[in-house]
Amino acid sequence: MNKIFEKGGKLYWLHSSVDAFETFLHVPGTVTLKGSHVRDAIDLKRLLILVVIAAAPAALFGMWNVGYQHGLAMGQTGVHILEYFWFGFLKVLPLYIVSYGVGLAIEFASSQIRNEEVSEGYLVSGFFIPLIVPVDIPLWMLALAVAFAVILGKEIFGGTGMNIWNPALLARAFLFFSYPNYMSGSECWIAFKKGETAVADAFTGATPLALGGAPAQYGTGFWDLFIGTVPGSVGETSVIAILLGAALLLWTGIASWKIMCGSVAGALLVGWIGQAAGITDIPCYMQLLYGGFAFGTVFMATDPVTSCQTECGKWIFGLLVGMLCVMVRLFNPGYAEGMMLAILLCNTFAPLIDHCVVSAHISRRERKLKAA
Amino acid sequence: MSDIIVLKRGLDVPVKGCADLRVSKSMNPATVAVQPGCIKGLLPRLLVKEGDRVLCGSPVIADKKNPDILLTAPVSGTVKEIVRGEKRKLLAVLIEADEKQEFAEFKPGDVRSALLSSGLWPVLVQRPYGIMADPAVTPKGIFVSAFNTAPLAADTEFTLGQQVAFIQKGIDALAQIAPVHVSLDASVKDSAFAKLKGCTLHRFQGKHPAGNVGVQISHISPIRKGETVWTLPLHGLAAIGKLFATGRYDVRRLVAVCGPAAIEPSYVETVPGTPVSCFAPFYGNTPELDRFVSGNLLSGSNVGADGYLGWADDQFTIIHEGTEEELLGWIRPIRWNRFSTDRSYFSWLMPWRKYDMDTNLHGGPRPFLMNDGYYAKVLPMDIYPVFLAKACIAGDIDKMERFGIYEVLPEDLATCEFVDPSKIYIQDCIAKGIDLMLKEMA
Repeated sequence: MNKIFEKGGKLYWLHSSVDAFETFLHVPGTVTLKGSHVRDAIDLKRLLILVVIAAAPAALFGMWNVGYQHGLAMGQTGVHILEYFWFGFLKVLPLYIVSYGVGLAIEFASSQIRNEEVSEGYLVSGFFIPLIVPVDIPLWMLALAVAFAVILGKEIFGGTGMNIWNPALLARAFLFFSYPNYMSGSECWIAFKKGETAVADAFTGATPLALGGAPAQYGTGFWDLFIGTVPGSVGETSVIAILLGAALLLWTGIASWKIMCGSVAGALLVGWIGQAAGITDIPCYMQLLYGGFAFGTVFMATDPVTSCQTECGKWIFGLLVGMLCVMVRLFNPGYAEGMMLAILLCNTFAPLIDHCVVSAHISRRERKLKAA
Repeated sequence: MSDIIVLKRGLDVPVKGCADLRVSKSMNPATVAVQPGCIKGLLPRLLVKEGDRVLCGSPVIADKKNPDILLTAPVSGTVKEIVRGEKRKLLAVLIEADEKQEFAEFKPGDVRSALLSSGLWPVLVQRPYGIMADPAVTPKGIFVSAFNTAPLAADTEFTLGQQVAFIQKGIDALAQIAPVHVSLDASVKDSAFAKLKGCTLHRFQGKHPAGNVGVQISHISPIRKGETVWTLPLHGLAAIGKLFATGRYDVRRLVAVCGPAAIEPSYVETVPGTPVSCFAPFYGNTPELDRFVSGNLLSGSNVGADGYLGWADDQFTIIHEGTEEELLGWIRPIRWNRFSTDRSYFSWLMPWRKYDMDTNLHGGPRPFLMNDGYYAKVLPMDIYPVFLAKACIAGDIDKMERFGIYEVLPEDLATCEFVDPSKIYIQDCIAKGIDLMLKEMA
């Protein structure tokens, strides 16, 4: 690095940013100072870029689906697949520019204030945020939400690795509670050009859950939901694309299979109870396909920072996420999408779950030692 | 014979440069250093001055708190120089060795006094804390690991297999203080050490750190608060045996000279305190590009080109400094020459491959991001490594105790540090935590 960026140099205030770009291009020649003299080749950049790659199928499908849903709403037929994609791409691109622009600017600035290297955490959060918001959200709102999530959700705790809540979901929660008009109703999940309105009856409706809760889902079949040709947030609709990402995350071990399995099991359990008790007549497996459940389970609940640390805690965390999500759907039609709230709530309780698991482990160990 | 204790978690770091099973040289270094810094917990008081004559086994340094604890000369000769550092801290006493070695004679009587007067006492390390053992204490057990699993570690069957008689003597002596436990490698058939008597034999099987005595203790008899155990390396046990068999202080040992940068890695016979320059034939003409590690690559100490072989080490590792920048390193799908335990690289496809590693950190320091399980998969102990490391960083003694600080030394968590994608110096965190405990408990 040039001397003017070093401490005492004229451009020291750019140190973290320059360092970030430099280390992006090449692995620096830093050597180990103490302890282990050799190190594994893995670093956080590599780990986190894999999460982005895992989410890419969902993002690409989502872009196509934005175009497709627009086409359906406008009553267009016979449009080329690439045209749909291009429409969606142009819709989603500004979201990405705002998400990364605002988020990274804050991240770079706060790294400089803390005198640290820029952490890669926002690489992932910034990729997720456009995937979980309505595609037509005004950009200034998105910018506000990103700033809220990054500053209050992450930086005040000390940056990536220190946060309590998943930053991407925090951005969505901010939008959900601050601008509910833009986050619910039947039309917010479909992109329109300026001045356009939907051609009535030409499309099946909003994201199944947004129309006053789960029962509104009747019109949409299993395969539509599984493939993802339904309206919804950009990334959340296609279960099959999300499963592709899940396979990569599980294979590399970045995401915990315990959390994923726990979440699925929890959702099935409550879905089944709900069905058996006559609260709903939706089969429990359909709960896995609705709304943001799959995306949340695979990409949000498994965030290693905000989920549970302990192996046993991961099961509990996963189960709670799944159960709470379906519970919110069954009992509170006002909050159509339970996944976001379920994960944020479980994020809040993750340290407590860990505390209980670790305490139980320690007392068990002490008893064992005494017996020995 | 006890059952085999199989440790499933762990990691053998596949680094190139394992020493051939042959003794390429018997060294008689012209100068040998006695380094008080190698013994944690020792406050050195100098007993000699420049020009003094010492025999092999003559006292050179005593402990200020307990003057019975001595460090003695590993060779006979003349005190050449007293090396001091900042604030006149005693770093080393250099002894110019005689051509023909003369030994101070010891009359083996009481075990403790024999060990103290001969200077072999500091070979005993107390756990918890990993400090020099206190002669006034009787430990609940004395633990020895008869095998190493650290990367490129010396093969004890080769280095000490011939000295079983001495090791037996050493066990007989130490058994008078406390029960002795010896851990064997279950994967070695017909181990030379399987015949040892007067001790409890345990068999372990697994990857590194299965050979670490701390890991073994946690599976044999975990240390509770208030308990102490002693540990010593196998070559220390042999040296104690030699003391009682011959009446001589003899710490000559076979040392594995190894590492990816070592030329024709093999074993040499030498004494602790041998200058690094004596290993010149193994590292060629560019010592400035290499790092010299006394001990293994995971927890040894970087002694530098003008340093000395450590007191308790039987391994000397030479590795290239990884100061080169690697263009588009982390983003390349395949990095053929790099090892990683992570599935995002492809090392798992070739489990047999050995790698030419260097000292590059491969990333920048970050806070802990991956969760505990990522680290626990290479640590075969019943503790939560991340929770313990965080308690140490926070300096929370209560939590450190609960998370098992009494059972670990930094070296036990070395594999966790190796795999850490956040590039945290975990061993250093643990060491600082232990120092804090020592300060607060004193």
